[in-house]
Amino acid sequence: MTAVTYLEAIRQAMWEEMENDPRVFLLGQDVGTYGGPFRVTAGMLDRFGPERVIDTPISESAMVGAAIGAAILGMRPVVEMQFIDFISCAFNQIANFAGPNHYRWGQPVPLVIRGPAGGNVHGSAFHSQNPESYFQHTPGLKIVTPGTVADAYGLLKAAIRDPNPVLYFEHKYLYRRLKDELPVAPNLEPGREAPPADAGGLVPIGRARLARPGRDLSVVTYGAMLHVALEAAERLAAEGIDLEVLDLRTVKPIDEEAVLATVRKTNKVLVLTEEQLSGSVAGEVAARIAERGFAWLDGPVHRLCCPDTPVPYSPTLEEAYLPNVDKLAARVRELASY
Amino acid sequence: MARTTGTGSARRPRAARSARAPKQEAAGLAATELGPAQQLELYRFMKLNRMVEERLGNLYRQGKVVGGLYSSRGQEATSVGSAYALAPQDFMGPLIRNLGSMLVRGVKPREVMMQYMAKGGSPTGGKDGNTHFGDVGRGLVAPISMLGALIPVMAGVALAGKMQGRDLVALTYIGDGGTSTGDFHEGLNLAAVLNVPLVVIAEHNGYAYSTPTSRQMRIKDIAVRAAAYGIPGEVVDGNDVLAVHAVTSQAVERARAGLGPTLIEAKTFRMKGHAEHDDAGYVPPELFEQWRRRDPIERFERHLLEGGVATADELAQVAAAIDAELVAEMDFALASPMPPPERAFEGVYAT
Repeated sequence: MTAVTYLEAIRQAMWEEMENDPRVFLLGQDVGTYGGPFRVTAGMLDRFGPERVIDTPISESAMVGAAIGAAILGMRPVVEMQFIDFISCAFNQIANFAGPNHYRWGQPVPLVIRGPAGGNVHGSAFHSQNPESYFQHTPGLKIVTPGTVADAYGLLKAAIRDPNPVLYFEHKYLYRRLKDELPVAPNLEPGREAPPADAGGLVPIGRARLARPGRDLSVVTYGAMLHVALEAAERLAAEGIDLEVLDLRTVKPIDEEAVLATVRKTNKVLVLTEEQLSGSVAGEVAARIAERGFAWLDGPVHRLCCPDTPVPYSPTLEEAYLPNVDKLAARVRELASY
Repeated sequence: MARTTGTGSARRPRAARSARAPKQEAAGLAATELGPAQQLELYRFMKLNRMVEERLGNLYRQGKVVGGLYSSRGQEATSVGSAYALAPQDFMGPLIRNLGSMLVRGVKPREVMMQYMAKGGSPTGGKDGNTHFGDVGRGLVAPISMLGALIPVMAGVALAGKMQGRDLVALTYIGDGGTSTGDFHEGLNLAAVLNVPLVVIAEHNGYAYSTPTSRQMRIKDIAVRAAAYGIPGEVVDGNDVLAVHAVTSQAVERARAGLGPTLIEAKTFRMKGHAEHDDAGYVPPELFEQWRRRDPIERFERHLLEGGVATADELAQVAAAIDAELVAEMDFALASPMPPPERAFEGVYAT
């Protein structure tokens, strides 16, 4: 086994699905010849040809619309948003066409929209967003937000095989910072055979993962914030606070049973997400805990998110904006002493 | 090259034909390669289109249509003539005023009636209304109300058809108002760049709700926009079913031959308000009068009679047969129960 980066795991998942399923194809800006600004699709044009790795004009709405049409005909399109911030340009196609389609007339729309999300790379207002809460509200969509190499791989494969429209938000801060072994051997060199479609490593959509068991207090999180939570847990362990960390992995539909299980175990919960606070996924998780887990709570449900501002550019401002280990540890101490 | 005058390719053969069939000139319709049986079939679909909508109007006034009712009165030739140019394997994305196109693709009047009345037996099981339903088996993609959105979607259908080697052409519609959307531009441009087999019919029907075309654009002919995408743009008399059929057939042939998309502008007029509640008081009465004289069904009747394609008796029989059919269709639709409430919670996700 070879260790691969989070980014390579994404490429590997797409690569294998394209090897194993002729219905899978890519649509996006600069995904072909250039291989994408982050090199996520590097080498794919050479391997799969321009019929299946399609460079498009700067037309996010048409990219998603065309993917919907192709999905209706039984294809499995994967649309890349160059930065996930641009997904708002395709909002109508996603929220009004793709999401409600199966409910409205029974026709599945199996497609994936993926792209780099998240901040902490000084990308400012339009290259740093986490747009999951815009789509959290839309019926018919699924949203996955991998925080590990294995989940980046397994959730993308599951997303491509899912019969519904799946938004796959990969965190660009993790692209090259995470490196881990995949459950199957990587296949990035030309000429190597793809592992068979049933080789494993798929991660089911809609299931959270207990990233760190603990006794005293639960942090429910996902994406890059998973690593903030795990680092804070190490620091707080030295102070005698044993954190449990639940990685949601899928933010729509939320794994409510896993959330309630950790509430029942530790009786105190903090929801940590890299979104602006108001109308966030964190708010939805907190509401469900308040509704169905109230009897087990020994303290208020806390949310640690970003403030309700656009994402600022300057490092000092962005540091003030983003949750980090210091901020989390302080909030955990506060909640622990409640 | 965009043809921007009213003398597009569909009308060019007229002069040649007029020598041998001068009588047909009276209705002013274009030449056609369609035989008498096919012309009668076109007539039946146009008449069916109008008579279904008249029945729906009655149901609306009886309070049986639970939402809005949208009419394509005056635009039947555009829907029917264009849809008739498709082959069975082709796909279509109709809009709200394309009931005629859907009927040509095999939609039954009862399906539309049940949709409007929100019945449990409707194609969407009561989950959506009006013409908002699709059926991949009949090559029908359901629209959404946001205009323009279908153009990229149908471009994707055309793209997938090409990838799958299905010899498939995709046809969709847009109104003059809908051409102001971003998706109109994005979709046509993408279709052109990818050279996919797509035909877009822009129905220039004078008004987008209450807004006249002059407030949508400063151009007279929508078809000139085709030049911006490097694709052919055709103008056709949208109230001449034979002209619409001929020009659409040419575009479909081009698409099938791998020559890419075409934009067709059909000049027509919306003879009712935006929806049944709207009395269209903002439309000058003389405009209605002017277009009433060009009624597509009456013109086609004159053509059929004057050209000896059919007798008045035969046309009356067509109408009588439709009337009898619609009584049965309406009885069936009325008898369908409303959907069970628990259905509201089902089917959000495909499994």
